[in-house]
Amino acid sequence: MTQTKTSPLYILGISAYYHDSAAALVKDGSIVAAAHEERFTRKKHDADFPARAVNYVLEEAGISLADVESVVFYDKPLLKFERLLETYHAFAPSGLKSFLTAIPVWIKEKLFMRAMLEKALKEFLPEGAALPPLRFPEHHLSHAASAFFPSPFEDAAILTVDGVGEWATTSISHGRGNGIATLREIDFPHSLGLLYSAFTAYCGFKVNSGEYKLMGLAPYGDPNAEQTRFFEDCIERELIDIREDGSYLLNMRYFSYATGLRMYNEPLWRRLFGIPPRTAESEDVGQDYMNMAMAIQHVTEKIVLRLARSARELTGSTCLCLAGGVALNCVANGKLLESGLFDRIWIQPASGDAGGALGAALAWWHIGLDKPRVPEAHDAMLGSYLGPEFSSDEVLRTCRRFQAPVHMAADESELVNTVADLLDAGKVVGWFQGRMEYGPRALGNRSILGDPRNPEMQKRLNLKIKYREGFRPFAPSVLEEDVREYFDIASDSPYMLIVEPVKEELRKPLPDGYASLPLWERLYWQRSTLPAITHIDFSARIQTVSRRTNPRYWALLNAFKQRHGCAVVVNTSFNVRGEPVVCTPEDAYICFMRTEMDCLVMGNAILYKEEQPSLPDDGRWRKEYVLD
Amino acid sequence: MSFTSDIWGFLKVRKKFWLLPLITVLVLLGALVVFGGGSAVAPFIYTLF
Repeated sequence: MTQTKTSPLYILGISAYYHDSAAALVKDGSIVAAAHEERFTRKKHDADFPARAVNYVLEEAGISLADVESVVFYDKPLLKFERLLETYHAFAPSGLKSFLTAIPVWIKEKLFMRAMLEKALKEFLPEGAALPPLRFPEHHLSHAASAFFPSPFEDAAILTVDGVGEWATTSISHGRGNGIATLREIDFPHSLGLLYSAFTAYCGFKVNSGEYKLMGLAPYGDPNAEQTRFFEDCIERELIDIREDGSYLLNMRYFSYATGLRMYNEPLWRRLFGIPPRTAESEDVGQDYMNMAMAIQHVTEKIVLRLARSARELTGSTCLCLAGGVALNCVANGKLLESGLFDRIWIQPASGDAGGALGAALAWWHIGLDKPRVPEAHDAMLGSYLGPEFSSDEVLRTCRRFQAPVHMAADESELVNTVADLLDAGKVVGWFQGRMEYGPRALGNRSILGDPRNPEMQKRLNLKIKYREGFRPFAPSVLEEDVREYFDIASDSPYMLIVEPVKEELRKPLPDGYASLPLWERLYWQRSTLPAITHIDFSARIQTVSRRTNPRYWALLNAFKQRHGCAVVVNTSFNVRGEPVVCTPEDAYICFMRTEMDCLVMGNAILYKEEQPSLPDDGRWRKEYVLD
Repeated sequence: MSFTSDIWGFLKVRKKFWLLPLITVLVLLGALVVFGGGSAVAPFIYTLF
């Protein structure tokens, strides 16, 4: 189909073949839809071509692939291949085993990325239609575009930090109007993201999914312990040379990821830190690893702050945009906000590689096609509610299929008041509403909710509903208007990407020698009047809920507030450990039935656990999901 | 065909003609892998891909 002058221009962005594949669709520069492939295939971090996500975004716009002006892939595969070859060349003869493992994958498949993409995309074309042109912007440009173009800023510094794309691992850019100029770059193998991942692996968590667990573990470290200071000193003395401007060099003697099949050089790390790598996630995490997590978190924050200072000096801008996997380190983001280096900070909610799909599409629209940009007053992400939505009929059809008894609320007011009563009574509620979130965080449309004042809530949610490690904290959703009554935060945090402290007056005194108490005693000590969301160091990963972007969730929090004056609920993603966040009503019902959740609310339908027929379940589902 | 022109364009833009013999040998080896039916499944290591 040919585009007429008046017909809108659609651009399809794709991220795939690495991890977290996703698709995003932009119409005349406005975001129409975006979704992770894992949500449809139910395979966590699915890296395959995002066929179902592409299908969804096209359907959402009511178009076919033939109506798309360009398909934009989020990185340059040949540049990545160049990096691979040059790295092996530079490190030769070491890395032969890794070379022999990696190269067949490339020469069989990845080197022919264009052909692979064309073949996969042809499935979406009507008979005889021509394939839209394929574009390949650089990985860090895709990240930078995903951070700047949807932001509310006309002019901003852009900081992107991740593991690695093609060559760049860290970049500072300047966004102005519809352009992005890259000012500084740090290249592979020197990578802050991979440094953090190496510690993630050493502490027994999975690379590329366990980083946020390491971040959650860090506050359990003892800041006054000799060992924590020793670890920090070791990192800065031996592992990484940090310069004043935030640039850094890794001492590659200590790392194996460039050419090996492991992240770190184990004998050297053992000798340096004096502790062995933690072998499995199932064993208890000892204090040594908590101190180590705290040490690497401190070093990360130091680097991020210095990079941000450089970004400020280089651009002269008072606003900052962040993206890349390291931008999901919300503790570092909180420190950045507190530093006052920038007046305003905006962080892309899909900061990982999935967000590259959106960034790639926006980069082509604004930079490739030179289309002007008018920043939105808040931002252009529509609250990050960019995924599929299901009608009341679809919800009821699912309920009928499972022969599930349902109570229908007459209207929104009845719904939110009923759910507020349930939360107030200590019930755990699966909350499934509207469009699914884009990005790793559940922001109140695919969430499990609880009462944050309940002292047992954290334990219950971790062990009986999420089936995950007991030490992991939960995040609060709070009414935007009331956030400063509960937390020391200087701005809104709509995407749950900023960690800040719970207010002093809500905290409870700690016993003497608290830092040396065993983990579980510390964990279950009531640290504040909102114990379920107050982390061990009195911090919380905050989501401010706006009436503008999610009126129903806002109404629920407001109704909950009417009960006892508490404008906060616990909000955790609607899934169990290792499972992608639920997408459809069927996913939600199955997850509800497999866990000890008390109620499920889908649209206006309320389902109570005690009324449900038992789901045929032999417990095998626990093996369906590989633990993350 | 588009693969060859992509590679040529890439080498020209990046001025990395020294990679050409390496890529040629690797593609020939790749053909052996494909026709030999060997597995190209690699374990997940961050930077391999």
